[in-house]
Amino acid sequence: MASVEFANVRKSFGTHPVIKGVDIEIADGEFVILVGPSGCGKSTLLRMLAGLENISAGEIKIGGKVVNNLAPKERDIAMVFQNYALYPHMTVADNMAFSLKLKGAPKSEVDKRVKPAAEILGLSPLLDRFPRQLSGGQRQRVAMGRAIVRDPQVFLFDEPLSNLDAKLRVAMRAEIKELHQRLKTTTVYVTHDQIEAMTMADKIVVMHDGLVEQIGAPLELYDEPANLFVASFIGSPAMNMIKGKLDPNDGLKFTTEKGVVLPVAKAPQSAKGRTLIYGLRPEHMTIADGGIPAEVVVIEPTGSETQMIMRVGGDLVTGVFHQRISAKPGETVGLSIHAEATYLFDAETGKRLA
Amino acid sequence: MTMTTTAKQPSAFGNIARSNTAVGLFFMLPAAVFLLCFLTYPLGLGVWLGFTDTTIGRDGIFIGLENYQALARDSVFWMAVYNTIFYTLIASILKFGLGLWLALILNEHLPFKSFFRAIILLPWVVPTVLSALAFWWIYDAQFSIISWSLMKLGWIHSPINFLGDPNNARASVIAANVWRGIPFVAISLLAGLQTIPQSLHEAASLDGATGWQRFRFITLPMLTPIIAVVMTFSVLFTFTDFQLIYVLTKGGPVNATHLMATLSFQRGIPGGQLGEGAAIAVAMIPFLLASILFSFFGLQRRKWQQGGQD
Repeated sequence: MASVEFANVRKSFGTHPVIKGVDIEIADGEFVILVGPSGCGKSTLLRMLAGLENISAGEIKIGGKVVNNLAPKERDIAMVFQNYALYPHMTVADNMAFSLKLKGAPKSEVDKRVKPAAEILGLSPLLDRFPRQLSGGQRQRVAMGRAIVRDPQVFLFDEPLSNLDAKLRVAMRAEIKELHQRLKTTTVYVTHDQIEAMTMADKIVVMHDGLVEQIGAPLELYDEPANLFVASFIGSPAMNMIKGKLDPNDGLKFTTEKGVVLPVAKAPQSAKGRTLIYGLRPEHMTIADGGIPAEVVVIEPTGSETQMIMRVGGDLVTGVFHQRISAKPGETVGLSIHAEATYLFDAETGKRLA
Repeated sequence: MTMTTTAKQPSAFGNIARSNTAVGLFFMLPAAVFLLCFLTYPLGLGVWLGFTDTTIGRDGIFIGLENYQALARDSVFWMAVYNTIFYTLIASILKFGLGLWLALILNEHLPFKSFFRAIILLPWVVPTVLSALAFWWIYDAQFSIISWSLMKLGWIHSPINFLGDPNNARASVIAANVWRGIPFVAISLLAGLQTIPQSLHEAASLDGATGWQRFRFITLPMLTPIIAVVMTFSVLFTFTDFQLIYVLTKGGPVNATHLMATLSFQRGIPGGQLGEGAAIAVAMIPFLLASILFSFFGLQRRKWQQGGQD
C-alpha cells in the first residue's frame, strides 16, 4: 500500500496536449475515482500512472518515490482493464497465477495466494475454465483476482464495469467497494459514469479537457460544485441550468431571459445586474398552489418518485418529486423552489458565485 | 375449406423444395461438378497411370504395383525423396524463423510501415520463373554478383561454384526458395500478430513480464493456430516445388537437387515414362497427407479457442 501523487503532470500526443497540468494527491488506502466525459484524459492519466504511457512533464510518485522512468513491472501496481485483458490461452487459475509464475514462485506459494483470492471472489469452482467459458461478470472477477493475487501497492481500474449489463454493474459496484474495504489497498478508478463515482469513491476527481475541475468527497461535489461543469456532471437527473439576470438593485431577484422571476437566497454584491446561470437541482422544488406556474411536458412515474419535465417560461426544467402526481401533460402546476438550495454561476467563466 | 385441405397435402416436389438439405445440395451442385472435373479427374487419372506402364504415344496396361517396386530399388528416386524432405525441412524452418522475425519487426511502430509491408510482398508476387531466372544469374558460375562482391572484398579468390557442387547447389536452391517463401509466412503471421490485443501485452508487462517472456507466454501461444495453418501451407508449397528447381538446376548436378516433383516430370514427360512419372507423383501423397494431419491434430486444436461450456 502506498500514497500516489501527481505533480503538474502533462502529456501531449505529438503537438496535441491531452493532460494539461494535473495535481492530485491520493492518500494511502484511499479509493479515488477519476471521472469525466470521454476524451477528458482520465484514462490517459491512469495509463501514465501504470507506466503504459510516458509522461511529457511533471512527476508521478508512488509511495513517495518518483516513478516517471520506471517500467510498468517495477511500479508494483495491478490494473484491471476495460476489456479485462485475460490471457485467453490460460485457465482462470493460470491467469491469476501468471505474475507469480513469472517471478518463479514455487507451486505451494502460488496455491497459497491464488486459492484465497479465488475464494474471496467466488471463483473457486471456475479455476479450471478458460476465459471464453465465463460470463462477463465472471471474467471481470478473474481480472480482479489477477490483481489481488499480486498484492500490489496500488490497484488501477480502467472503466471496469462498462462492458457489463446494468444489473450486474450495480452488483459489481458493491463488490468492488466491499473488496476495497477489506483489502484497504490504495485504488485509482476511472469511469465516465458519475453514479459509479458517487457510490464508490472516497474522493472524486472531476476531469474535463485535460484539467482537473474539482477534487472532493462525493457529497461535497454534489452540494458545493465549484463550477458549471461539475454542477452539470455530478447528479442525475442533471442540475437545471437557466440563463438570466440578477436584478441590479435587489440582489435576490433573478429574472430569466423569458421574464420569469426565480427566488435566490444569497448572492454576492458583485453579481448584481450581471448575466448569470441559475442552478437548481431537480429535487429542490415542490409542487405548491400559487407557486411559479409550470406547464407539464413529460411525466415519468417510477413508483418511489415522480420525475417531471416542465416548461417554466420558455425554459425546460426537470423536477423529481417524492409523491405521486396526477397532473397530465399540458396542464399547469405551481412550483415552489427551495431558494436556499439554489446556485448562481458566472455565465462567462462558469465559476460558481453562490 | 378447400383451401385448407389443399394446404395440408403438399406435393412431393413441395416437400423437397422446402427441405433445407435438398436446397443445400442443389446449390452445391455447380461447385461439386467443378471439383469433379478439375480436381478429382486429374488426380484419379494420375493415380491410375501410376498402376500402368503407359508411355507417351502408347496406352499402357494395368501392371499393378510394378512401378512402385521398381522405384523402391531405384537409388535416384530415394535420393529425390531424401532431397525433398531435406529441402522442405530446412526451407520451412528458415522461412518460419525469418518470417516470424520479420512479422515481429513489421508489427512494431516503424516509419514507413505500410510501405515496408507492401514491398515485403514483392518476392511472392513476382512470377516464380522470373525470380528463378534472377537467381540463376546471381548463382552464375562466372558472373555471380555474390562471387564478384566477395572477390572485391578480398574474402575469396575464385568464384563460388554455386550450382555445380552438390551441396552448394542444395544450399542455393533452398536460399532461393526461402527468399520466395518468406513474404507469405511474414504477412500471414503479421495478420495473426495484429489480432492479439495490445491490452494483453500491457497486462503482461504490468504482471512483470520481460519482452522475451511476453513473446514466450503471450505472443507465441496465441499465434500457434495461425502458425499451424501458415506452416502447413508453406510445407505443402515447398514439398511440391517444381519451377524454381527446374529453372535453376533441372535437378542437377548429378541429381543432387532433384525433388520428387522434378523427377516425376523428368521421367514422365521428357523421359516419356508416364506411368513411372505418375507413380513418383503419387508417392508424394502420403507425405502431404501426413503433414496435413500433423498440423490438423497436433497444432490446430486448442481447447481455449473452442469456447462454449467445458
